[in-house]
Amino acid sequence: MPSSIISVILLSAFVILLAYPLGKYLSKVFKGEKNFMDFLTPFENFIFKVISVDPASQMSWKENMKAMLRINLIFYFWAYIILALQGSISFLNPAAIANMEATLAFNTAISFVTNTNLQHYSGETGLSYFSQLLVIGFLQFVSAATGIAAMLVLMKGLVVKNSQSLGNFYVYFVKSITRLLLPLSIIVAVILLFNGVPQTLQAPEKITNLEGEKVTIATGPVASVVAIKQVGTNGGGFFGTNSAHPFENANFVTNLVETSAIIIIPVALVFMVGFYLNRKKLGWVFFTVMVVMLSLFIFSAVALELSGNPQLAKMGLSQPQGNMEGKETRFGSELSALWGVLTTSTSNGSVNSMHDSHTPLAGAVYMFDMMVNAVFGGVGVGFLNFFLYVVIGVFISGLMVGRTPELLGKKIEAREVKIASLVILFQPLIVLPMTAIAAYIAKTTPDIGWLNNPGYHGFSEMLYEFTSAFANNGSGFEGLGDNTAFWNISTGLVMLVARFIPIIGPVAIAGSLAAKKSVPESEGSLKIDSAIFGVVLLGVIFIVVGLSFLPALALGPVAEYFSM
Amino acid sequence: MKLFLIDLKLHFIMVVLVGCLYPLLILGLGYFARDAANGFPIRENNKIVGYKNIGQKFTSTGYFWGRPSAVDYNAASSGGTNKSTTNADYLQVIAQRKVDFLLANPSAVGKEIPSDIVTASGSGLDPHISVAAALLQVQRVAAAREIAAGVLETLIQSNTERPPAGLFGAETVNVLELNLALDKLKNH
Repeated sequence: MPSSIISVILLSAFVILLAYPLGKYLSKVFKGEKNFMDFLTPFENFIFKVISVDPASQMSWKENMKAMLRINLIFYFWAYIILALQGSISFLNPAAIANMEATLAFNTAISFVTNTNLQHYSGETGLSYFSQLLVIGFLQFVSAATGIAAMLVLMKGLVVKNSQSLGNFYVYFVKSITRLLLPLSIIVAVILLFNGVPQTLQAPEKITNLEGEKVTIATGPVASVVAIKQVGTNGGGFFGTNSAHPFENANFVTNLVETSAIIIIPVALVFMVGFYLNRKKLGWVFFTVMVVMLSLFIFSAVALELSGNPQLAKMGLSQPQGNMEGKETRFGSELSALWGVLTTSTSNGSVNSMHDSHTPLAGAVYMFDMMVNAVFGGVGVGFLNFFLYVVIGVFISGLMVGRTPELLGKKIEAREVKIASLVILFQPLIVLPMTAIAAYIAKTTPDIGWLNNPGYHGFSEMLYEFTSAFANNGSGFEGLGDNTAFWNISTGLVMLVARFIPIIGPVAIAGSLAAKKSVPESEGSLKIDSAIFGVVLLGVIFIVVGLSFLPALALGPVAEYFSM
Repeated sequence: MKLFLIDLKLHFIMVVLVGCLYPLLILGLGYFARDAANGFPIRENNKIVGYKNIGQKFTSTGYFWGRPSAVDYNAASSGGTNKSTTNADYLQVIAQRKVDFLLANPSAVGKEIPSDIVTASGSGLDPHISVAAALLQVQRVAAAREIAAGVLETLIQSNTERPPAGLFGAETVNVLELNLALDKLKNH
């Protein structure tokens, strides 16, 4: 077996081994059961006292969602104001970075509030250290905590018998940070730090290189930002080229840690579902469905990238490391493709290679992965998306066997199915017309200079951008000249609606399920913790996403592949 | 309004906790590994001449060359080419690079040219090249420096980084470190 495949398998096994106990731990944390981090309780209680929230109090789904929207509104204004005025703040701005332009600040603020981290600027020239720490680093924690808290409201809704007690958003939010995101980020940041990822507030060093040329080396408080960017499925890098940059991802150790950090919480949260609902078998069914899709994507992308660019082979170049354009020598093709799949599965969006330069079908895999957006998915929100497919799956199975569809002892009725279908259909209804509009503008105004590549691939650049914005992913085909009013405003609005509607929809379903009477499980009930339901779920996901998006993919990456 | 106050207070608590205290903690821990926390600077005569992991531009015949860079190794603004694999203009650039490489390294004619030496990296600051790409440059550097080729091959060997058990990464040569070692060779 080639060493690249062994690396990929070992890494996956390592992550699952860590994620399982982490999922068990998280279930204890959020159920309020005893766990080894309880020494933090006095500190958390102090926070609840200061903000005058009784941690034992319960809220309805609407109250929870209102709390989420209110605090996210504050995050947005905080971010926008600092970004727009960062040039006037001389504190922590040694490189004298200027104010951010209005539409770019709008896009960037929304991008980080929504956990997307689409970046239409380049970190080393676009942000002061002040903004990096107090906007970027800060939002990377609180946006991840928002997603996890929303997921827990849903989980609570699945176990309670009373629609007024769907947990407490503030408690979930605070504990996500104190008991999960912060400790994990500290561990990751320290490993990065000791391997040459800088953490400094000094100005960039001006040096004279070996051939006598003067160069400025951008640096900064990188390690702390990179750690939370990986852990919280954020993805917004300190530098323009993200984790391809040697200061963000220095060697094989940092790459190993950062790759694992992309996926560890998303996997742990799926295991948590099993523990939380006290239905471990169900957790394994969900996990298996996701792993099947993930393995398929990883296998395809790694194989495609390792086989290299046929055009280069025709020139007589040898490609022992595969397609190397846009990739770092220290990672090679396989670890870049693996990262590409994990980052698009989880709505992370960080990269350690340039996706624009990957082979056409590998690019298609990444886009399809983002279109599904539930292969583990973003922290918290990944499961919310997956839950929508579960509702549809239960409904369809119910129809097929001629029984009333039930989910965990609650009847699935018209209201739940309507919400789930609308939220799922919302994605193609936004992504496809927006891409069409952009394509029309690019075609009718050829001088607009958006596209870095001609033909089918140019179309892919635009499709990828809106797909990524909607999936709250944040990676891009970075050749796209996206720092213009059109892209800043359009993707900004897409990120905003695509963040909160797919959160509120599933939580509303949970609220409506919580209000229903439990039906005792009988011989006639649909067993959702079974392999057969797993197969139905896979079918539902591939059919729904495939029907929505295959025509668009055919115009972009697939057409490009056949033109090679 | 009362509810907004809760949110506002929580907002500022988190600004302090994860926006200030967390990065300061990491900054403090950096004092236990100052070299690493500054990105492994390389000093010669008390002046920083480079960073271990940040690639530099090399054009003279007496140095080993790194990969092409979309930003010309400008470490103040990293970047890749973002060219697609099918882009005709891009493919022409690659073909030209191959011709240029063979002109500069005539001994490489007829040998396999690894693609890393004619393609640009993602960051534009890739510090490494493949071992094969380094070996193809030995004759040129040897001629320019009037050193035996065998010495350079040993130098490449001793500057090759190998990930453990051949897993989790590729065998690479750090170009900056190799060239620094080359300069030291001359001084002896």
